[in-house]
Amino acid sequence: MGKSVLVIEDEPNISEAISFILSRDGWHVATHSNGVDAVEAVRARRPDLVILDVMLPGRSGYDILRELRAGPETGGLPVLMLTARGQPKDRALAEEIGASRFMTKPFSNAEVLEAVNALIRP
Amino acid sequence: MASLNLLVAVSLIYVAFLFAVAFGAERAAMKGRAGWLRSPVVYTLSLSIYCTAWTFYGAVGYAARSGLEYLTIYIGPSIVMIGWVWALRKIVRIGRSQRITSVADLISSRYGKSNLLAVAVTLIAVVGTTPYIALQLQSVTQSVAAFAAADPSIVLPADNRATALWVAAGLAAFTVLFGTRNLDSNERHHGVVMAIALEAVVKLCALLAVGIFTVWGIGGGVGQTLARIDASAQLGQWQMAPGRWSGLIFLSGAALLCLPRMFQVLVVENEDERHLRTASWAFPAYMIAMSLFVMPIAVAGLSMLPEGANPDMFVLTLPLSEGHTGLAVFSFLGGFSSATSMVIVAAIALSTMVSNHIVMPIWLSLSGKGAMVSGDVRHVVIMARRISIIGVLFLGYLYYRLSGGGTALAAIGLISFSGVAQFLPSMLGGIFWRGATRNGAFAGLLLGFAIWLWCLFLPSFGDGVVLPAGVIANGPWGLGWLRPHALFSITGLDPLVHGVLWSVLLNTLAFTGLSIFSFPSPMERLQGAQFVNVYQHSASPRGWTGGTAQSEDLMIMAQRLLGAREAQKLFQSEAARQGVQGYLPDPNADFLQRLERELSGSVGAATAHAMVGQIVGGAAVSVEDLMAVADEAAQIMEYSNQLEAKSDELLRTARQLRDANAKLTQLSVQKDAFLSQISHELRTPMTSIRAFSEILRDAPGLSEPQKHKYANIIHDETVRLTRLLDDLLDLAVLENGQVSLNITRARLGDILDHALAAAGGDPSALKLRRDKPREGLWLQTDTDRLAQVFINLIANARKYCDATTPELRIAVRTGEGSLMVDFIDNGAGIETDQQTLIFEKFARIGDQKAGGAGLGLAICREIMARLEGSITYLPGQGGAAFRVTLPMPAANAAQ
Repeated sequence: MGKSVLVIEDEPNISEAISFILSRDGWHVATHSNGVDAVEAVRARRPDLVILDVMLPGRSGYDILRELRAGPETGGLPVLMLTARGQPKDRALAEEIGASRFMTKPFSNAEVLEAVNALIRP
Repeated sequence: MASLNLLVAVSLIYVAFLFAVAFGAERAAMKGRAGWLRSPVVYTLSLSIYCTAWTFYGAVGYAARSGLEYLTIYIGPSIVMIGWVWALRKIVRIGRSQRITSVADLISSRYGKSNLLAVAVTLIAVVGTTPYIALQLQSVTQSVAAFAAADPSIVLPADNRATALWVAAGLAAFTVLFGTRNLDSNERHHGVVMAIALEAVVKLCALLAVGIFTVWGIGGGVGQTLARIDASAQLGQWQMAPGRWSGLIFLSGAALLCLPRMFQVLVVENEDERHLRTASWAFPAYMIAMSLFVMPIAVAGLSMLPEGANPDMFVLTLPLSEGHTGLAVFSFLGGFSSATSMVIVAAIALSTMVSNHIVMPIWLSLSGKGAMVSGDVRHVVIMARRISIIGVLFLGYLYYRLSGGGTALAAIGLISFSGVAQFLPSMLGGIFWRGATRNGAFAGLLLGFAIWLWCLFLPSFGDGVVLPAGVIANGPWGLGWLRPHALFSITGLDPLVHGVLWSVLLNTLAFTGLSIFSFPSPMERLQGAQFVNVYQHSASPRGWTGGTAQSEDLMIMAQRLLGAREAQKLFQSEAARQGVQGYLPDPNADFLQRLERELSGSVGAATAHAMVGQIVGGAAVSVEDLMAVADEAAQIMEYSNQLEAKSDELLRTARQLRDANAKLTQLSVQKDAFLSQISHELRTPMTSIRAFSEILRDAPGLSEPQKHKYANIIHDETVRLTRLLDDLLDLAVLENGQVSLNITRARLGDILDHALAAAGGDPSALKLRRDKPREGLWLQTDTDRLAQVFINLIANARKYCDATTPELRIAVRTGEGSLMVDFIDNGAGIETDQQTLIFEKFARIGDQKAGGAGLGLAICREIMARLEGSITYLPGQGGAAFRVTLPMPAANAAQ
């Protein structure tokens, strides 16, 4: 397999949990905890998939997604958005901007695995 | 047989009765019960002073001499009254709106208030009227003589001079008494008007009575009378000279407008413009009634009275000769009424002119006091009027004496008419033509008057009396073209028509020509506009209209004084200020004051005031007007001050409302955000708990350290959840006021030490600057709650201070009955618009992620409120700064 994923999440415990689950599934997992330079991190690491939290210190996940979608290299990158805010408008906003998948915290581990694998499959 | 004593007695009783009527009317007017005095009937009857003794007696004489020509004297005024009522109405309106007191005042006022013009008009009026007064005196004395002649027991006085003198003196007394009671000639002479209205009734009834007596008493009915008229050699032939007739009709029509006494009753004594409507048919009707029996009386007189009897006295001598003394006395009273009413009104009119335009200006210039001494001047004016009345009557008497009371007087009526007819061009031109100027009016009047003097007045004394016969026949110094009855060598005209034609024609030509070729002064221009456009200037047909300034007139004046551009700029800016389109603002008090100020820069304050007043008020602006303006200005200023205060207040309220609204809006946004936030705060630990618990459950082969680590994470997150719930509950309890305080004693320094230790985080990351000596204070309060506040503030500083070397200064201060503990860090601080929000619950600054749920400061605020202190943000300290204030008693009590 050897698929790579970048987890952009500021909450260390959640980041660690996702890393553990995906690693065991055979993913190469990298983490990033800051919103400000998240886009640079994506460009540098060129992952196959990005898991993006909405509430990040320094910059909102929505802004980061917008910039990713605007870039030629990252425009078609699969992005799974995670948010602790369960309101419908958050989901609507994420879909409008171009999130590939949107999940509300708390999630089940199996759900996450199913989602990332669905996204990466052609 | 008629007795002269009886006549004198009846006359005295009649005069006494007139006095009583006049007195009663004055009293009624003063008490305000004068409604019936102001009726159109009284107005119309007062107009009948047109029919003087000259008409009463003279019409019959005229008819006996010249047939139907006497009718022209009635036709002229009737035409004017019926056909020219619109012109009369305009004159009356001008008279009222401009407070006109006489013909002279009208003309001088129209032409820029020129006193020189007023003097000229006054002099012409006096010269033209004096012979007429003499004529009235003569008719009274003649009628007395007629009675005396019929009473052989009486020895006739050598001449009639004594009678004339007594009559003149009596009339002077009456006129002074009732004509100068009021100073302002606009305060109408109710007594006089009532008396002359009564006299108008008496003279009409007397003439009708004599006429009826003539036709049915001695004439044998209408048919026979008409037959006798046809048969009469003198009257039967229908001869009509078109030139002379039209000349006379014109003359008598002009006289109605120009005679000072007619102007007095028509304009000055007019109570209501609408009375003219009644007068326009009632006055001609009166004239018809007056002329109805003239022919029958003339025919009867000619046929029944002895040859050589004076036809002018037929009205009196006819009933006398038939032995009807009572009728004769009645007839005498009619003639007496005609004479006296004319003399009284003429004297009032002339005295007003003489005193206003000649005596007063001279007195004022001689006394040197100017018009500032009010009481004195009133007294002087009344004296001047009284002396003028006596003077006018004395002049009339003098004229009567000098002219010898001969038949020459009979023609003087028409000559008098043609004298005052010289006013006509200036008068009509003035009210219908804005281009008429003072120079034109002056030239026309002087030229017309001169021609009148030369062609009509001087020759009227008879050949050789004033003008030598040679001059009349051949012209002065042999200049034939200057012959009084054949100017420019045009002969063959009737002397009267000739004189009227030339005087009025040249008068009009000079007036028109000079008006076209001379420029009016600004004042003339203003007055001209006021006169010609009187209906636009005076809104109401009743009462004196004031403040009807025309912005356009003000503009014209301002342009002349300031220059067109400046004036237009001024008017435009004022119009814009008032919110009016264009150049013409409303002439309100404010604007007038402003305009006056601008104008006074050019022409001086007094002139500017007078000029503005001229347009605004028509008459001079009185002190009351000024006071009113000043008062109004003061009121406006006070009002605007109140408005200003009010609007400040409103502004404050609006600001508070805006603040409240902003706060509400922000709060609502915040509340919305809180739902997300609280969701986030709850879901985040739950996510970790769920994920790791699933890992522990599902993932096989976890190492012990891993298991331990993940179990610890689950534990920590559970604690975090619990803390969040604790905070929420704590806040709910504090907000509901259900908290019970646990008051204990502690030193401030100890509480701070405890808080610093409990705040968590890395103690070395935040450098502390404390004021240990001042922290030795003992406090008696809920020290745990106070520590909770301190913990929050210290934790916040640790979390949010973004300086490279974060530092927190804790300063202690006492004073003003309270203890203040300030927590000041060296970070970026809090934006001004956020400073009030940070204490609201769930508030978070920006969207930066922080440890808490945004309840910390809200809890602090609630705690401090419970401790009867406060927590505030302290702006301008170079970083985030919070001040915790406790009441001093709590601090003192522990020391």
